[in-house]
Amino acid sequence: MFNEPHPDEVRIISKRFGLPNSASIDTYLAHEGYVALMKAIEMSPEQIIDELKLSNLRGRGGAGFPTGLKWSFIPRDNPKPKYVVVNADESEPGTCKDRLLIQNDPHQLIEGCIIAARTIGCKKGYIYIRGEYRYLIDIMDKALAEAYAHGYLGKNIKGSGLDFDLYTHTGAGAYECGEESALLESLEGKRGVPRIRPPFPAVSGLYASPTVLNNVETFCTVPAVLRMGGQAYADIGTPKNGGTRMLCVSGHVNRPGVYEVPLGFPMQKMIYETCGGILNGKKLKGVIPGGSSSPVLKADECDFPMDYDNYARMKTMAGSGGMMVMDEDTDIVKVALRTMRFYAHESCGWCIPCREGTSWLRKILTRMDEGTGRRADIDLIHELAKNMLGRTFCPLGDAAAMPTIGFIEKFREEFEARLRETTMLATTPDQLISIN
Amino acid sequence: MSTPVTAPPTIINFTVDGRQLSAPPGTLLIDACKRSGIEIPAFCYYEGYSLQAACRMCLVEVEKMPKLQTACTLPVMEGMIVRSETEQIAKARKGTLEFLLTNHPLDCPVCDKGGECELQDMVFRYGAGESRFTEMKNHAPERQWSPVVFYDPARCILCYRCVRACNEGMGVGALGVTNRGVLSEIAPNKEDHLDCDECGACIDICPVGALTSNIYRYKTRPWEMQHVATVCTHCSNGCKTTLGVRNDEIIRGNNRDRGGINGEFLCVKGRYGFDFTASEERLTTPMIRIDGKLEAVSWSKALGFVAEKFKSVQADGGKFGVIADTRLTNEELFYLQKFTRAGLKTSNLDHAASGDLITLLDALSGQTDALATTDDLYKTKAALVIGSDLSQQHPLLAFQLRAGVRHNKTRIYTVTPGPVREAKYSATSVTVPLGEEYDALAKLTDRLKAEKELVILFGDSIKGQRVRDLVAWAATLGIPVKYVCLVDDSNSRGALDMGCLPNLLPGFQVDPHPGLSQAGMLAAEDLDVLWIVGANPLRHAPLASRKAFVVAHTMFLDETAARADVLFPSASAYEKSGTLTNVTGQVQRLKAAIKTMGAKADLEIIGLIAKEMGLAPTLGPWTHDIVFKEIHSGVHGYNVPLPVLLTGGAALTSPVNGPVKVNVLVDEIRSAGDTLFTSGSLGRHSKLLTSVPEFPGALYQR
Amino acid sequence: MSLTFTPETEKILQDIWSRYPEGRKRSAVIPMLMYAQDQLGVVTSELVAEVAKRCEVSPLQVEEVVGYYSMLNKKRMGKHHVQVCTNIACLLMGGEALWHHATKRLGIGHKEVTADGLISLEEVECAGACSWAPCVVDGYEYHHHVTIEKLDQLIDSIQKVH
Repeated sequence: MFNEPHPDEVRIISKRFGLPNSASIDTYLAHEGYVALMKAIEMSPEQIIDELKLSNLRGRGGAGFPTGLKWSFIPRDNPKPKYVVVNADESEPGTCKDRLLIQNDPHQLIEGCIIAARTIGCKKGYIYIRGEYRYLIDIMDKALAEAYAHGYLGKNIKGSGLDFDLYTHTGAGAYECGEESALLESLEGKRGVPRIRPPFPAVSGLYASPTVLNNVETFCTVPAVLRMGGQAYADIGTPKNGGTRMLCVSGHVNRPGVYEVPLGFPMQKMIYETCGGILNGKKLKGVIPGGSSSPVLKADECDFPMDYDNYARMKTMAGSGGMMVMDEDTDIVKVALRTMRFYAHESCGWCIPCREGTSWLRKILTRMDEGTGRRADIDLIHELAKNMLGRTFCPLGDAAAMPTIGFIEKFREEFEARLRETTMLATTPDQLISIN
Repeated sequence: MSTPVTAPPTIINFTVDGRQLSAPPGTLLIDACKRSGIEIPAFCYYEGYSLQAACRMCLVEVEKMPKLQTACTLPVMEGMIVRSETEQIAKARKGTLEFLLTNHPLDCPVCDKGGECELQDMVFRYGAGESRFTEMKNHAPERQWSPVVFYDPARCILCYRCVRACNEGMGVGALGVTNRGVLSEIAPNKEDHLDCDECGACIDICPVGALTSNIYRYKTRPWEMQHVATVCTHCSNGCKTTLGVRNDEIIRGNNRDRGGINGEFLCVKGRYGFDFTASEERLTTPMIRIDGKLEAVSWSKALGFVAEKFKSVQADGGKFGVIADTRLTNEELFYLQKFTRAGLKTSNLDHAASGDLITLLDALSGQTDALATTDDLYKTKAALVIGSDLSQQHPLLAFQLRAGVRHNKTRIYTVTPGPVREAKYSATSVTVPLGEEYDALAKLTDRLKAEKELVILFGDSIKGQRVRDLVAWAATLGIPVKYVCLVDDSNSRGALDMGCLPNLLPGFQVDPHPGLSQAGMLAAEDLDVLWIVGANPLRHAPLASRKAFVVAHTMFLDETAARADVLFPSASAYEKSGTLTNVTGQVQRLKAAIKTMGAKADLEIIGLIAKEMGLAPTLGPWTHDIVFKEIHSGVHGYNVPLPVLLTGGAALTSPVNGPVKVNVLVDEIRSAGDTLFTSGSLGRHSKLLTSVPEFPGALYQR
Repeated sequence: MSLTFTPETEKILQDIWSRYPEGRKRSAVIPMLMYAQDQLGVVTSELVAEVAKRCEVSPLQVEEVVGYYSMLNKKRMGKHHVQVCTNIACLLMGGEALWHHATKRLGIGHKEVTADGLISLEEVECAGACSWAPCVVDGYEYHHHVTIEKLDQLIDSIQKVH
């Protein structure tokens, strides 16, 4: 299912992909598996956090928060139990990397979790896997059983005195649960509605206890950082952007796939070399660079080194690493509508601007797509999205607003063209008036 | 003793709209502003309930913070500079309102809430009057969830106030949220209906017309009503209820100004149990039994007849008995006891006793400040409930404890003969067979010793010697203890205070010539006259004296009326003025909301009998404010500050602080055991109460 | 009516229950519903009551969850619940055409079931197969690079077995 390794790739966390029985503990142990853990057991929590800070590893879920810093926020003198929670609720459109990481190398994730547990002094952890990924839960459960059997989980791990239990937990279909506080609510058996923050999970997370919560890819990277050393890992990327990340390329390219490349890898090279260029020799229209929440880039903007800072400079974001490439024939109005349909479907409904805004925008965009849009609708879409931006309870509202604003600002002519098309369809002056 | 190097700040200084403000640390910006007269709009924020940050109306600008912040979740911070009304904020609020109105039906002309709707007010203020929304609105049909509650999802703005009022305030949790996104709606606990207290708190707290009551809906516009703040006539807790009245008809009850001791709270009886006043079965004319049949007569005939009978029995040295209702006003009770003692020259006077306050006062003699108020229940660090299903029998007291649990981490202990709601959040809950509550207390001794203070609430299973034992046991805990002696009705406490007792004069002064108790009167075969003012004692016990001439003041033809020789149609508490004293000794003013054809206040009936008998000069005027003056100056503990009463507040009486040496008739102390849905004959004549599936309910079920 | 599960499901439910700390059994609500739904084919009121009892919450608290999550169905879906992704990456690669083809061929729409109860359809949000788009998920089984021909084969194979 994964693409063949490409020479442009730097395979650190995907290096075991493709090995026979890559998900088994035997394969894992034969390929540096649990080496980092044994190292971590010898290290103090401060040393582990220092290495992570040195590595410039930033959260791979979407927000890009420095991992070492996040772990350092755990108040270790807090008498409450502490928890490690893995966000494997991968559901940002365009993203399919965590799936590969669990399917091909579940022990890498387990090792990352144990190291986190070692760092914060935690005895229980949960891997929250989206409900649709049932087969991955089965793979993960099998790997967990192997880890228990080999003494990497449970009581007194490898004679270290460390106790740690790790379990899978299935979601049940809700994009919102990818937001960390909503995920915790869901893990507690409630509706996946985000929490008021602060307090952040590091202080009050699962069961109101200090919790380290990271994306699958982030946890998977931790063993590599400890194995190679924080500095060495940092050196792979660009300044402040340590290491590699898994980019999920989809859409109109000849070789879509999930590629592990260093941060700062040029987007142009990714599209035209690594992925073999645009399908059927077509021209590029634009790229949605970091999952559906990230504002679209036009073809002429798709030439920059892909690290967190440069995405920001391009007024978009690295997000979850889901790069959706669109060729010249792509119907942007349709894409904008499909994006808004997604957010309207996934809005938890908690706050007014997101609940009502996504639904309203979906209705207008549907009209526009069906050919009954009005000229004033274009500005209305833009303004309504702006009215949501920065005013919602959680980032989902922004995630819906930002790409919409992007589509309108960058491809306004496509929305206008849609009006012209419908105008031509009108057969009587009355219709003309009612349409525009 | 060492002082910390840096003490935490006790006051935070900050600026809002250029004004220097300060507030204690931890105060939410929205509250701090409100206290300084700066109103920040909000739908979901509701003081006392958990934070939601869902409506996004309270967004404000805070310097050094890039995004607008919700004032409802932001604690004040030192040096913080806030702007609460700027163009950016107004635009944000207007935008949010525009979103909100997209799926709102805008059926204000037929909406019950029109005129007192927070959404209307907000749109008026921020002017999202024009809509650019031209799509189809989502529609979902209105549903009836109970005989009380209707829900219209289309009007619902999802502020979750109702969910919190039910879950946090009431401890019921009958409301939740289902579906998601724009299809989200409030859901009842039994798929398509509610199984709950039917208290209507959800309806009252709804800022729009999404939740409406079957009692009020489509009856009137709010501005067509007069709003009469009075006291609930049902249980002893003394909640303020504001009756919405139009043309001498009570149309709704709520707690509009939240200014009573009950704040947010009202139960189903307080909010909806007023409809007995309009019952078709109300007695509307005096009646005299002629040839075994009750026949309607004029007031003058009935009064004259009774006065003549009383005079002739008195002349013959006959035996009188007087039984007072526990829902009469203090003025009526006081005047009645005066009539009985000074006019009829007897102390054969009693009421249905439901709690042993007398022994408690005696046992506590010498201790000041040992009776808890409703406010103490909220503030106390710990409470012990003995032998009462508090949330059923004393719903306000239970509400206060729940609020204490939420805000002050109150620890609750219960010792009851069955499961109670308090068990859900109590520190320790003990269930024992009825009557064995006291013996189970020993199990709690050690745990209670670790508490800082305690309020003990006890029901009718603790009486006589048990009360003394309880006080002695509590003294061994070594912590300050306060008590609430639980009694049944809206003025059960007043009946004690006003000396409607065979052995105590007003103010718990010992009567040197004690008379017969209620049981004694009913059992006395030689009783000549039994005058029953409002109560219905013959429902539970027969009258032994076959010759007794029975006069009854009543609203309905009940069991007592069936034996009466003369009936006077009496006014309910909602039809008269005066004062009531609640279970915790707080006096409040009752204010007549309506007049009902034919009925007179008991005070007037008693006064008119006195007049007919020529006793008026002895007994004095019978207008309620003059009688109250006499109580105020003459009854121990009732010298309360008048401004508190006059402004609709609750004035705390100070009970006797000395021995009360009387023989308490312990066997006659018995709670009627009314549930949340019953209230003696008032409940039986309330269409609403009898229509809820929970009627009559049972104690100790959950 | 009391609810009994197959020994396999019962074992899973008990295992799920054991994963969460004392007093935190509410955490088991969603996983229990998911695995029990796999056996029952639908979330019934009895299931809601059973899960509520086991997890020490009110049935309403379970209902709130059922209403929220899109994979929990109070309406019985088909034996094969065929989910077609039409989100952006799949849309770009023809996911919408697959969806239209499926609805046309089976004569049913979103969250509807064929008369024989064999197949139900759902237009789903991103299933996480973007680089192998378009994708169709049959129950929990992923099918990648799906074409109309492959979709027909899938439906044929479902219909043939039964």
